Amino acid sequence: MQTNILDYLNQTAALKPDKTAFADDRDALTFGQLQAQRGAVGTWLHQKGVYREPVVVYMNRHPKEVAAFYGVVTGGCFYVPVDEEMPKGRIQLILNTVGARVIICDAATKKTAEALDFQGDIVLYDEISRTPPDQEALQSIRDRAIDTDLVYIMFTSGSTGVPKGVAVCHRSLIDYIEQLSAVMEFNEETVFGNQTPLHFDASLKEVYPTLKFGATTYLIPKNLFMFPVKLVEFLNQKRVNTICWVVSALTMVSAFGAFKTAVPEYLRTIAFGGEVFPVKQYQKWKAALPEAKFVNLYGPTEGTGVCCYYQVDREFGPDEVIPIGHSFPNKEILLINDRNQRAAQGEVGEICIRGASLALGYYNNPEKTGEAFVQNPLNTAYPERIYRTGDLGRYNERGELQFVSRKDYQIKHMGHRIELGEIEANVNALEEVKTAGCIYDKARDKILLYYEGEMEEKLVAAALKDRLPRYMIPNHICRLERMPLTANGKVDRVTLKSNYQEGKEK
Amino acid sequence: MEELLEILNDLHPDVDFETCDSLIDDKILDSFDIVTIIAEVNDRFDVTISAEKITPENFNSAEALYALIQELEDED
Repeated sequence: MQTNILDYLNQTAALKPDKTAFADDRDALTFGQLQAQRGAVGTWLHQKGVYREPVVVYMNRHPKEVAAFYGVVTGGCFYVPVDEEMPKGRIQLILNTVGARVIICDAATKKTAEALDFQGDIVLYDEISRTPPDQEALQSIRDRAIDTDLVYIMFTSGSTGVPKGVAVCHRSLIDYIEQLSAVMEFNEETVFGNQTPLHFDASLKEVYPTLKFGATTYLIPKNLFMFPVKLVEFLNQKRVNTICWVVSALTMVSAFGAFKTAVPEYLRTIAFGGEVFPVKQYQKWKAALPEAKFVNLYGPTEGTGVCCYYQVDREFGPDEVIPIGHSFPNKEILLINDRNQRAAQGEVGEICIRGASLALGYYNNPEKTGEAFVQNPLNTAYPERIYRTGDLGRYNERGELQFVSRKDYQIKHMGHRIELGEIEANVNALEEVKTAGCIYDKARDKILLYYEGEMEEKLVAAALKDRLPRYMIPNHICRLERMPLTANGKVDRVTLKSNYQEGKEK
Repeated sequence: MEELLEILNDLHPDVDFETCDSLIDDKILDSFDIVTIIAEVNDRFDVTISAEKITPENFNSAEALYALIQELEDED
């Protein structure tokens, strides 16, 4: 039985050392190079005495970033990916939460890293990846590893203003990659076109099946997602046949009519997720690629990756919603109603997940862990954890699961999961702001921020850019004379929303 | 031009769009912005920016974008 995620790489590097594993528009790493570099990084960590602890990887999206992840795991540690585009304030919060002793950087991120409040070592990947490998030490680390040891911590939006670190172990990740690969029919011919940054779990779909099958992943330059025709040309040039993208990236191509100019001629598998794919846009893709397989994927970071899938097998009308379908094998979706019972046929319930691919919890955050990872209410006989997603769903008359809405103030904006509370907490933290309230216009996919305070709107916008990732910056910022409040003194989002709707109609 | 600047300023109140000519090169605009700008331009100017016109050159400055809008308006 496989107990370590990197056993995939051992097998593949022996069989196809010279095949390209990861590449972008400039650089590439083969499986042989990955194998050598991970050994070097693992040895460096060992010599530093860094073992069974978090190691932050703060690098540009690049084949070497992937190699750094594997190197950290080879050293018996777990990686914490931090994105080049994350603002400093958020990186600091992540550092404070994980308490790592090492940050692995590249030349572009080193300066920012050095400006952080951090006592440990800041090292360059290019330097530590030249460490002569100590095979004996690496073997010993491997022998002592067990499959409930962590592989990574990935951070997701937290409603109190502090992001939550989802901690995942080898067993969960192996289970996920095995089931996903079987359903999606990945193989050694697969050429992935990666869209999502590597600090999101969505990128696991490429980062690990590539090792398992000896496939190839192209990390598509981010700026191509602004220029649809250039993007399709890139896919054709690299002969990409499989993409797992957020809906907004797919929509960008189809809505702007790129298919009139260029069609991705090698694409055979198109998986989409992160939010609901508008049927109108799906139909444009289907018309351009009638032979391709389209799969809707659904699942939170806390389930390691996606937990449900639906392979589109029928026509959809413009007012219908593509379902999220069924759970992957070896896990179960429980639909739990507000009486903590299994929802009846057609009844709305909270989507809950059970199975080996559940994350172990939020790192250094027992309180939030206890709220979301709870005892299965249907089982009173022995301890069994399930994860409550906070998503509401319902089974349709075909027995397919359908997403209905959120229970709380979490939204999906351009494919990103965002707690409106996290934005508000960051605005409230600005000295000259008294109170802030955020609402979301789903129809137009816009985040609207209202606040009361002395600060100019322009300055609020600029200050938020230092604290929040780009996708969390409100699309519209408006200062109010007085914030509407509810009877018990909380920001009245309902009034904000109705004022906004009225304003739009005028 | 006023109206275009209004769209752009709404996206990034802290950027001087009248002078900046490296909106793409310096990663000031990202894909969210491009999507929003195209939708707003479509709404307010009643022109459709087709996929082959969505290029780094046409979005690098407010001036270049405005020239594109005028070109499209003339075609109608």
